[in-house]
Amino acid sequence: MGGPVSFFFEVLFSGLLAGVMYSLVALGFVLIYKASGVFNFAQGAMVFFAALTFVSLVERGVNFWLAMAITLAVMIVLGVLTERVVLRPLINQPQITLFMATIGLAFFLEGLSQGIWGSQPHGLDIGIRDEPMEWLAERTGMFLSQFDLFAAAIAAVLVTVLALFFQRTRIGRALRAVADDHQAALAVGIPLKQIWAIVWAVAGFVALVAGLLWGARTGVQFALTFVALKALPVLILGGFESIAGAIVGGLIIGASEKLAEVYLGPYVGGGIESWFPYVLALAFLLIRPEGLFGEKHIDRV
Amino acid sequence: MLYREAGQFRATYAEDQQIFPLRQDRIGIAAVLVLAFVVIPLAGNQYWLSAILTPFLIFALAALGLNILTGYAGQLSLGTAAFMAVGAFATYNFVLRVPGIPILAAFALAGICAALVGIAFGLPSLRIKGFYLAVATLAAQFFVLWAIQRIGWITNYSASGVITAQNYSILGIPIETPVSKYVLTLSIVTVLALLAKNLARSETGRAFMAVRDMDVAASVIGIPLMRTKLLAFAISSFYCGVAGALYAYTYLGTVEPEAFNLDLSFRILFMIIIGGVGSVLGSFLGAAFIVLLPIVLNYVVPPISEATGIEISHAIISNLELMVFGGLIIFFLIVEPHGLARLWQIGKEKLRLWPFPH
Repeated sequence: MGGPVSFFFEVLFSGLLAGVMYSLVALGFVLIYKASGVFNFAQGAMVFFAALTFVSLVERGVNFWLAMAITLAVMIVLGVLTERVVLRPLINQPQITLFMATIGLAFFLEGLSQGIWGSQPHGLDIGIRDEPMEWLAERTGMFLSQFDLFAAAIAAVLVTVLALFFQRTRIGRALRAVADDHQAALAVGIPLKQIWAIVWAVAGFVALVAGLLWGARTGVQFALTFVALKALPVLILGGFESIAGAIVGGLIIGASEKLAEVYLGPYVGGGIESWFPYVLALAFLLIRPEGLFGEKHIDRV
Repeated sequence: MLYREAGQFRATYAEDQQIFPLRQDRIGIAAVLVLAFVVIPLAGNQYWLSAILTPFLIFALAALGLNILTGYAGQLSLGTAAFMAVGAFATYNFVLRVPGIPILAAFALAGICAALVGIAFGLPSLRIKGFYLAVATLAAQFFVLWAIQRIGWITNYSASGVITAQNYSILGIPIETPVSKYVLTLSIVTVLALLAKNLARSETGRAFMAVRDMDVAASVIGIPLMRTKLLAFAISSFYCGVAGALYAYTYLGTVEPEAFNLDLSFRILFMIIIGGVGSVLGSFLGAAFIVLLPIVLNYVVPPISEATGIEISHAIISNLELMVFGGLIIFFLIVEPHGLARLWQIGKEKLRLWPFPH
């Protein structure tokens, strides 16, 4: 094979795989939104914080898995602290207020992580090489990175685990109840504060995974916080409440972004990746204002 | 004792409807204006005028624009800096391509350009709400900057998109010195701020607030949603556009598109959160706070580092600044969601009773 068709598929697949990486970040947003109705703008900063903490520990000679465990513990503490310090005093405030609070949190975390670990960029090696696979290139003529496939596998595992967690476990059911209605959940005896702490901790874990994968790809540096900006169109496309939406949205955004850059870019001067996902997501929103998988809200006066 | 409305009777409609019905308020505003227009230009030094007061006024204007949209009409926008960029680059093109255009006309036209762009990016607000809209306004932020960087015509084919503000004059007086730039900025900001103050209590302003509080209810009582929301975007973007034009022409002089990045948008959002959402005064207080905070930190931190013997580098100060910003945002949202403007309001209430407890 070869030629334009194969090239198209290569672009498509590498876009889809890049989309998985966006989905990973979007997952963190969805988790928190589902369980507490908070649009957590600090997710990008959490990804950065997790990756920087991990890489700094590893560079100081800490064992890989130990560093992972320590970082996870740090992220859990961070989640619990966030619940205690930021969210609890803001219960019953409008959603917009909570959103702005998470912007504040994002700035705080960015300053904190660089204040502790320094602001120089780090390389991160998680043992998977980011180069095209030869056997695939020989058979199909497509150049796809082994790393991308690895990331996709991780994402699949993560989504399965999260889906099981949400559907099957006691805590997962409590989370969904809280997402539906805070007061009703409180009334049937679900401890709201603990639930929020748990969900922020889980989001911290997802941030860690996303941080490791993104960090391994782009290096751990301040630009990692902008990863969140890539995840936002994924979110509004897929809907804030849906894990499936985050995955499908990520795939659509990733694929269309790469295709647009390759086939449309040359006509308009290139670099359209920065805004194309947003415009695409906007176009979707005009048809379905709550995203592909979002819940429809009925407005009552 | 001093701040009482007792004995001030409003006998005519005109008296009842003036912007500042209280005599003490009028005296206060007059005093502030005299201070700003006469005393500061005479007494202020160059550094204060050009590096603190002028940017303060410009940011206050941009914050005012965002406040009209977010505070009054309830549509959260993260694309403020993009509308400022439209204003700055439109002014540059008007001055460049229309020979002899008065600079004020160029500012106004640039504001109108920004308003048109604002309407275009406000269109989604008719269908989508809340966070979805906030994210959608990011599209404006990225698209506008991309367009300015890629379309050479806008920057007159300058390398890397940097533009330098042309020399300009008003009524034959060249605006070159920090003092004249400051006075020009101040005049524009004063006029626009008074207009905004008036807007808030007009039919349009009330329609904005009705839409903010609940847009379905607003449309039920007969407020045209489309016109109101788009008008909010247009007016807000006009203010931001003029602020952007001033940013280029009275403050920086030379700007690159990257100066109007997402960071600036957030900075302006912080101004209205800290200053007070839905308050004209709050825009000014918030802008003052955000402009002064880094300067204060730079003054305060070195003595502390000397006193404690801990080496505090420049990088740490800038990280500290981020942390203080973030921490303050959270602090204000928890302690006083209505911002500094609300503290001023509380102060005034207390002043009415002073010196008696009841």
